[in-house]
Amino acid sequence: MIRIFSILAGLAFSFVLALSFVFEAVGTAKDGLPNTVESNFHEHPGALKLASDGLFGKFDKQQLQRGFAVYQGVCQNCHSLKFVAFRDLKALGYDDDEVKAIAKQYQVPAYNAATGEVKTQPGKPTDHFPPVVYGGKGAPPDLSLITKSRHGGAAYVHSLLLGYQNQPAELLKKFPDAKTPEGLFYNPYFANLNIAMPPPLTADGQVTYAPGNPPATKEQMAQDVSAFLVWTAEPNLAERHQKGWPVVLFLLLATVLAYMAKRNVWADKH
Amino acid sequence: MSFPWANEYKPSHPFMQWMDEKLPLPRFMYNAIGAGYPVPRNLNYMWNFGVLAGFCLVIQIVTGVILAMHYAANADVAFNSTEHIMRDVNWGWLMRYAHANGASAFFVVVYTHIFRGFYYSSYKAPREMVWLLGVAIFLLMMATAFMGYVLPWGQMSFWGAKVITGLFGAIPLVGEPLQHWLLGGFSPDNAALNRFFSLHFLLPFVILGVVILHIWALHIPGSSNPTGVEIKTESDTVPFHPYYTAKDGFGLGVFLVLYCAMVFFFPNALGHPDNYIQANPMQTPAHIVPEWYFWPFYAILRAFTTDFILSAKLWGVLAMFSAILVWFFLPWLDKSPVRSGTYRPLFRKFFYVLLIDVLVLGYCGGAPAQEPYLMVSQIAAIYYFLHFLVILPIVSSIERPDPLPFSITEAVLGNDDAAAIKA
Amino acid sequence: MSQDAGTAAPAGHETEGVRRRDFINIAAVSAAGVGGIATLVPLISQMAPSADVRAESSTEIDISAIAPGQAIKAVFRKQPVFIRNLTPAEIAAAEAVDVSSLRDPQSLKDRTKEGKKNWLITMGVCTHLGCVPLGSGEGEVKGDFGGYYCPCHGSTYDTAARIRKGPAPKNLEVPEYAFSSDTIVKIG
Repeated sequence: MIRIFSILAGLAFSFVLALSFVFEAVGTAKDGLPNTVESNFHEHPGALKLASDGLFGKFDKQQLQRGFAVYQGVCQNCHSLKFVAFRDLKALGYDDDEVKAIAKQYQVPAYNAATGEVKTQPGKPTDHFPPVVYGGKGAPPDLSLITKSRHGGAAYVHSLLLGYQNQPAELLKKFPDAKTPEGLFYNPYFANLNIAMPPPLTADGQVTYAPGNPPATKEQMAQDVSAFLVWTAEPNLAERHQKGWPVVLFLLLATVLAYMAKRNVWADKH
Repeated sequence: MSFPWANEYKPSHPFMQWMDEKLPLPRFMYNAIGAGYPVPRNLNYMWNFGVLAGFCLVIQIVTGVILAMHYAANADVAFNSTEHIMRDVNWGWLMRYAHANGASAFFVVVYTHIFRGFYYSSYKAPREMVWLLGVAIFLLMMATAFMGYVLPWGQMSFWGAKVITGLFGAIPLVGEPLQHWLLGGFSPDNAALNRFFSLHFLLPFVILGVVILHIWALHIPGSSNPTGVEIKTESDTVPFHPYYTAKDGFGLGVFLVLYCAMVFFFPNALGHPDNYIQANPMQTPAHIVPEWYFWPFYAILRAFTTDFILSAKLWGVLAMFSAILVWFFLPWLDKSPVRSGTYRPLFRKFFYVLLIDVLVLGYCGGAPAQEPYLMVSQIAAIYYFLHFLVILPIVSSIERPDPLPFSITEAVLGNDDAAAIKA
Repeated sequence: MSQDAGTAAPAGHETEGVRRRDFINIAAVSAAGVGGIATLVPLISQMAPSADVRAESSTEIDISAIAPGQAIKAVFRKQPVFIRNLTPAEIAAAEAVDVSSLRDPQSLKDRTKEGKKNWLITMGVCTHLGCVPLGSGEGEVKGDFGGYYCPCHGSTYDTAARIRKGPAPKNLEVPEYAFSSDTIVKIG
């Protein structure tokens, strides 16, 4: 009885699925597979090599400082960094006084209990990077987690920063309606190809690097800020790699011992 | 436990004797997972996954209780508190990654455990209750994992909560009020987040309780084995300790190496980047997917695209829940007297088709909701339902199984222990 | 496990082999023990103060606005700290006391910095049971000795915040601090 019922239920589900399949197949036969501007012209980020990559990856502090300079010189006009505290910058190699000086450059909102007002005051090392007020087009995302919240991570940021170009003629020929709207910019690495952010890196030497650093070319700045944003998203990355090795090696050893012990125990049973 | 040759617990130390008289907990453990539990001698490494699943539950409870010490279940601060754990709490990054990857590891282990059950027909008499409790554990796990994924309050958390509770909206008449009741609002917000946190904390302990019942039910007939032949003599068995404690110890080592490699080196490989974006009720991510362990069922949900008597949405919801509920009926759908797939050639072929079918469904469930993935998942879903509801009942009645070994010992050694047969 | 494994080994093997086996079994069980204990380190230390809390273990406070005779209640490690600008009369009153007659003998000099005798910086936590004494705010009761008065159980402190009456065993605690400049004091 239960089996007759089950066979009927199975056939019912299969029938409705088959019906759905037929409609889908007819629809697909008529319209073809999805063919959108994005599926044709979206590009995956190119390769980017950073010191933090790989199983032994750790941060290149010089590069992080340069990347921070790019963030300060270019990104921070529109993008906040709210999950990073000034005190965290010590990991970039700054000492206490330098961190204090950096924090003072920012105006951090503070509630004044005496007047009941929220006013701004110069930042302290314990404060986080303040919110950024932006009135223009689009909604610039907070950058703290950007390399973890985008497919491709740092490579995506790097490619996007350098990926601005004119819309290919081929695209407009194939999709005449897909012209980049006024005020947006064509960038094949952006999910829908048209980004509100104007090209941020416009010229070599746009940011001044401290002496002893490589020249601030657009490529170098893009790499450095990508490296910096890996750090802001995952400040514990180097520690994680460094602690992971002893743990995994110890476990491997313990597993080998466990295997040998298991063989000993089973020696008389096989 | 029910075997006459099982070792008896004989405490030698006076304290343990005293203890045994007042509260025979050591005796209980000895008979459950100690030398007092005779186990078939031929279990292969597929039988390690039960112990591993129990270990995963412990990992999740320990790391989860710790995360709850630092997490704040409030829509305004939940995302921030998660980042606080990642950045400022001592070892917080390790606790969170261990918990997030622990969930994935738990599902890898449990899926393996379930497919072991499919292949060796572990659901058959006299172990039906073990199986039913196991499916109940799996359902509880899915509920727990879903609610846990909502807690970080990222984009996928929020939209996952919205979409999954939206499934209940498909139920005729009561759907919408039911959805609002589940969420405590019209859309996921504080009320939903807080109750999900509460239930996410509670359910693992419910799971623990059902796991104890699952093991209890298992110990009444004793463990199954790869031949599917019942235990006949003492020579068919070995005591659980030290034989299977040693084997499980090795299995646990292999598991921990892989798990820790994930936690320390690829902690976000199985997660979705969008969940590092704070929840935004005004903007849906381009491509909503649940965590990987829900993909096969998510594919079944999306495979229904045509109204037929009922709406396509309702069909999808019914089918998705049925896809798991059908497992409850397995002991009565597969009536073959032979258990192990090793001796059932036809059944075995269909088993492998099912395995591939579920992998295909999983792949389609993680892919965007467009062609050709929809058509592929429709075909795969048809097979899924045919397999359990039509093929299994028919195969079990028409199949001619291969000859079974006389006993477990014969299967292992090629001949039987003469002394044991006399005994 | 190791012991049982040893006895489970069949008799008749060479002792050398048995010894080697025992060694491996003991090593395997020990490795499990070491791993288990090592795991406790993160599980326990996660409860210690987190990095953001530790970063606030010292505070810089601007004292330029505190006139003689006034006090403020500032926050240090999430607890109140009293910063009081003593008047010459208060200093004189504190110095007039015979130190040896006190429950917790300390002079005003012991409790302030060299050359900054007028700046009395103490925790605002009663040494009896941890209430916040009155006396730092304008118009608050200062008690019979002109310092602080704890409303919970009546402990009364003088103008050097020393315990004079009531159940508290100690003077109000002077936290570690230093003057970064004439107007900035760094506590902690």
